[in-house]
Amino acid sequence: MNYLSKLHQTLDSGKFAVTAEIGPPKHSSAEGIMHHCDMLKNHVDATNITDCQTAIVRMSSIAAGVHIKKGGIEPIIQMTCRDRNRIAMQSDLMGAYSLGMRNVLCLAGDHQRFGNHPGSKNVYDIDSMQLIYLLRQMRDEKKFFSGEEIKEHQPEFYIGAVANPFADPFEFRVDRLEKKVEAGAQFIQTQCIFDMERFERFMELVRERGIDQRVHILAGVTPLKSWRAAQYIQTGVAGMMVPDSLIERLKNAEDPKKEGVNICVEDIKHIKENIKGVHGVHIMAIAWEEVVPEIVERTGLFPRPV
Amino acid sequence: MIIAQQKPIQEIAEMIAEYKKVAFIGCAGCVTVCLSGGEKETEILATAMRIKRKLEGNPLETVTHTATRQCDPEYVEALEDVIKDVDAVVSLACGVGVQYLAERFDNWIVPALNTNFAGGSREHGVWEENCGMCGNCILDKTGGICPIVRCSKSILNGPCGGSQNGKCEIDKEVDCAWQLIYERMKKMGKLEKLMEIEPPKDWSTSRDGGPRKSVREDVMIG
Repeated sequence: MNYLSKLHQTLDSGKFAVTAEIGPPKHSSAEGIMHHCDMLKNHVDATNITDCQTAIVRMSSIAAGVHIKKGGIEPIIQMTCRDRNRIAMQSDLMGAYSLGMRNVLCLAGDHQRFGNHPGSKNVYDIDSMQLIYLLRQMRDEKKFFSGEEIKEHQPEFYIGAVANPFADPFEFRVDRLEKKVEAGAQFIQTQCIFDMERFERFMELVRERGIDQRVHILAGVTPLKSWRAAQYIQTGVAGMMVPDSLIERLKNAEDPKKEGVNICVEDIKHIKENIKGVHGVHIMAIAWEEVVPEIVERTGLFPRPV
Repeated sequence: MIIAQQKPIQEIAEMIAEYKKVAFIGCAGCVTVCLSGGEKETEILATAMRIKRKLEGNPLETVTHTATRQCDPEYVEALEDVIKDVDAVVSLACGVGVQYLAERFDNWIVPALNTNFAGGSREHGVWEENCGMCGNCILDKTGGICPIVRCSKSILNGPCGGSQNGKCEIDKEVDCAWQLIYERMKKMGKLEKLMEIEPPKDWSTSRDGGPRKSVREDVMIG
């Protein structure tokens, strides 16, 4: 088997994978990225590099990916459909491949209303579903999005996508996941799981349809620093669900940060041991990357990469 | 129809501040129906401008007229007599009408309205955008609900992960078009149609960067 990336190899050989997330800086220095690399490189199999998440201008995910690769971690380049048309996307994808990027995660992207340029124009020339299968078309059929032949050196990415079990309509989320797999997605990272019961129901439907046999699902987890953060996510972020009991637990904790890490560790252990069909975790420690090593160590997933 | 809204009075006043005699030209088409540029609105705007200018010690003379349609050369032609001796013209038509006047006459033409979208009336005083005018209708695939314009990301294989409780991530007041599509398709027993991957859209019939032209040879004369 010719693996497209190390993450591909890890997942296809049946190992439980650990990915994390690095948000590029709002400036032109890679210093912070390198710092995060040093911190995470023995604790993850790969890291996502966000693509101007929440529509806030940051260093390019591909450029940051190059730094991260130099820093010793395999990057997963995020690409949203918000900012580029199909011409720019293909150009960037080929450039990214030439720079050693091997994993791409396809997303719609947050609406620009949430960012620091709310007056900007969104593109959405193609959507995330279409991006997935066009990436596959480039790789497997050696064709540009237009159908024109790529004569040589076509980019061969390991294709990732996202799924959100906490968005509506619930049942259709499983259909849409299957649609993404049909389109060519090989690994899936889920939205942050706080409502474990709902995630378990989602996975039940996934298993009933055998989707977990066709794609590697990585469960998204996020350690929370405070009950206020939990409450904000519960009420202020579309497509996320936080049970009241979690807010209460953080509220009553003597050391909320420590409790947040405890909860995250418990969740990972639970997912790994009890939820069939999950092949890894994706740890999104937003602006709290330094806590990832502890979480990985306490869940018995250290050292990395496997 | 085209939905338009009147600009703030102050903004319109600034556009004509240097002129003494101004024609206010309404349109009996869409903007009459959406209560922004018909005969009534034209008279009210002209009156408001006269009062404002009088109070400012800079009296304004006005002429008013409402064209059958400002987007039709035949009716624009008929305006010649109305505007021949004015210093400027305020058009209460959509952007199309303003341009038709500017193309035909050497007068200074300014817009009184902001042209918003193609839509319909929801309740008295509420209009909603329903058509993205993309030039290649796909409503047969989406149960009669347009994702091009009603989904804030124009997603063709939705819904995105920001859809919750039937609402769009951009605003809790905005319906998620894909939730509506899902429900409608479910009701019609056509959910399986949504499992087809809708390919990238050919936007060349839409906002691809040039003015669009629609030609019907069968109704052309000569």
